[in-house]
Amino acid sequence: MMLLQVASQAHPLSGTVAEWVWLLPVLPLLGFVINGGLALLGLRANGDARPAAGRHTYAGIVSVVGPLVLVLSFALAVAIFGAMRGAHMEAPFIRNYFDWMPVGDLQIGAALQLDQLAMVMVLVITGIGMLIHIFSVGYMRDDPGYPRYFAYLNLFVFFMLVLVLGANYPVLFVGWEGVGLCSYLLIGFWFSDKVNADAGKKAFIVNRIGDFGFLIAMFLLFAHVGVLDFRGVEAAAPSLAFGGWLVTAICLFMFLGCAGKSAQIPLYVWLPDAMAGPTPVSALIHAATMVTAGVYLVARSAFLFSMAPVAGLVVALIGGLTAIFAATIGLKQWDIKKVLAYSTVSQLGYMFIGVGVGAYTAGIFHLVTHAFFKGLLFLGAGSVIYAMHAAYHHTHRHEDAQDMRNMGGMRRFMPLTWVLMWIATLAIAGIPPFSGFFSKDEVLAAAFTRAGQSTLADAYLFGVPGGTVLYLVYVLGLASALLTAIYMTRMMLYTFHGSNRTGEGEQQHLREAPWVMTGPLVALGVGSAFAGWLNLPAILPLGPRHTLDHWLEPVVGAPTALTAQATAGGGEHSAGMEITLILIAILVAVGGIVYAFARLKPERLVPKADSPEDEGFGLVLANKYYVDEVYDAAFVTPTYQLSRIFLWKGVDTGLIDGLMVNGTSALARGLGWVGSRLQTGATGTYAWVLVAGVLAVLGAVTLR
Amino acid sequence: MLAESLAISAVLFTIGVVGVLIRRNAIIIFMCVELMLNAVNLSFVAFSRYYGAEGQVFVLLVMTVAAAEAAVGLAIIISIFRHRQTVNLQNINLLKG
Repeated sequence: MMLLQVASQAHPLSGTVAEWVWLLPVLPLLGFVINGGLALLGLRANGDARPAAGRHTYAGIVSVVGPLVLVLSFALAVAIFGAMRGAHMEAPFIRNYFDWMPVGDLQIGAALQLDQLAMVMVLVITGIGMLIHIFSVGYMRDDPGYPRYFAYLNLFVFFMLVLVLGANYPVLFVGWEGVGLCSYLLIGFWFSDKVNADAGKKAFIVNRIGDFGFLIAMFLLFAHVGVLDFRGVEAAAPSLAFGGWLVTAICLFMFLGCAGKSAQIPLYVWLPDAMAGPTPVSALIHAATMVTAGVYLVARSAFLFSMAPVAGLVVALIGGLTAIFAATIGLKQWDIKKVLAYSTVSQLGYMFIGVGVGAYTAGIFHLVTHAFFKGLLFLGAGSVIYAMHAAYHHTHRHEDAQDMRNMGGMRRFMPLTWVLMWIATLAIAGIPPFSGFFSKDEVLAAAFTRAGQSTLADAYLFGVPGGTVLYLVYVLGLASALLTAIYMTRMMLYTFHGSNRTGEGEQQHLREAPWVMTGPLVALGVGSAFAGWLNLPAILPLGPRHTLDHWLEPVVGAPTALTAQATAGGGEHSAGMEITLILIAILVAVGGIVYAFARLKPERLVPKADSPEDEGFGLVLANKYYVDEVYDAAFVTPTYQLSRIFLWKGVDTGLIDGLMVNGTSALARGLGWVGSRLQTGATGTYAWVLVAGVLAVLGAVTLR
Repeated sequence: MLAESLAISAVLFTIGVVGVLIRRNAIIIFMCVELMLNAVNLSFVAFSRYYGAEGQVFVLLVMTVAAAEAAVGLAIIISIFRHRQTVNLQNINLLKG
């Protein structure tokens, strides 16, 4: 302990603004307390559990407090970032605030750890979180649950910052569970509608399965390594057997947790349903930050994953499969948010390809750019939905404000949103020079390169050489890129192009959202366009190159280098091959967009009533491969039946209530009845029994 | 001499026991109990002839206790009679479970 203190005293960040790192999460927590208090006060003022419709009494204060704590947090994050840039730190900056679980050998402190990786996440969370909070001021303005909304949103940011700043797995897990809770609360924000409440429950329950894996991974770590803080595990990791069962099991269980939180096969099903929440929530939690926690966890545990090539292969393969699986479903969705939801699942798959193959920087890079363009897409969609909703509200029609078949031609009414959404679409499709191109290219290039030469390529997954698996992953990623371009262009065409299908009366009321909503859109648009500059590839002769690579070098440099080693074959891939890969990626993206334009001519964009029924494979896609139905039949219904027939009727009412509780009383009653038969009340009987007893004793004594 | 005395005592005691078992009237049962006590007294006296005066002392003690017991027992029987207008034990079974 003393040693640690001395070491941290000497840290280059000691005494700088970084000492205030604890304030980063505490500020949003403060916002949660204030907004939550106002929400409760509002309930009392209304004297009713259901507040009246319309603007909330305390909307004014909440509109200031809610975003302000995020602005302050972001400002602090930027200040700390500035200090870190000048510090050239090799070791993370760790502050232990109090002993949380001092149990025998297990010493877990409530400690925060600031390093380059955490800093990237903090900047994304507070920066994009701030923009989305500001957007929410406009989007949620007239909602009766306004303070409650901001309370939850602030609480989410608090937990998310705890997640990325925690210095050990248990603290990370607290944040991990906390964001899950906030996700549940916000998906079911309009809980009076049963569909929304069910969606929240689904998210929570599916995540439990993943958390189970995460917990097992932590238990294994403690049982075999003995420590749970990142520094300790990192120091102990090289002494584990390379590729051994232990490190592989830890990584796979940990990845099960990531698959739950980050919506990968087979646990992705909750994320599309999570769109039941307010749209800014979808942007912040279910696109930009929370769902990327799994990617962060893998990158954070890079020292473990780089020791387990088989686990890395599984991560990459699951990522590739999820990417293509979700992308195909996205082709046939009509709800604008559902398209974006499946797109998110698909893009998360890319991130897992990156971190799975050991290119941790590539995964995190895609995480950052994705946070920008997917945040923008969701907020833009929110802006469209807001306009649609307002228009239908004016004309008192009850149509689906999220169905793209009801939109069309929105660019005339919302030109700014239209331009920004196209920037984001080009970014996610991978068109240079927008951000998504660079990050996606880096992920795919990493998969391709490592298929040729890496520890993963030398490993075997179910007897298949790792190199083959990684080439397959690369092909899956490339195919997903094509599909991404198609479905995103389809979404844009249906929403913004062609003629308007909303309705004659509604058209007059369709208009651009207020500045408080378009402002954040513009900021995110700038990010979507230029975030690629964070990590330009070496072959481009412009700007700063590999910035993010250098920045993250102290954290993930060693594991990245470890996975890139190989015992046999391969060589550095040439600049020529890199250019070829890039050209293929561009070709695929452009091809997808052109194909979508060719298929969806303006006359094919028709309202819901005129659109042809899906058939064949299209119907399967529109029904999301029937995965929900299969899960229902395979897991949910049997669980219900097991619970109802066996656990409830059998065990609870039958065994526990019937046999044990009622059985005990029946036994006592029966014994009492038998005993009471002996008490005849007739003195004669007692006398006979007495004599018989005396005779028996006498007989026993004398006739012995 | 001792054998005869003990035989009479045993006969008396048995008469008492049988009386207690088969009679219904509380007074009679009470008298049978007294008979049993006196049967025992007879054995005490008979033994005292061979083993010293302690048996006679014991008889006096038994008679004293029997007198006290008779007082209490008869009082209870009278009380029951006042209450139920009978001393037939078949009719007195309030303790029936």
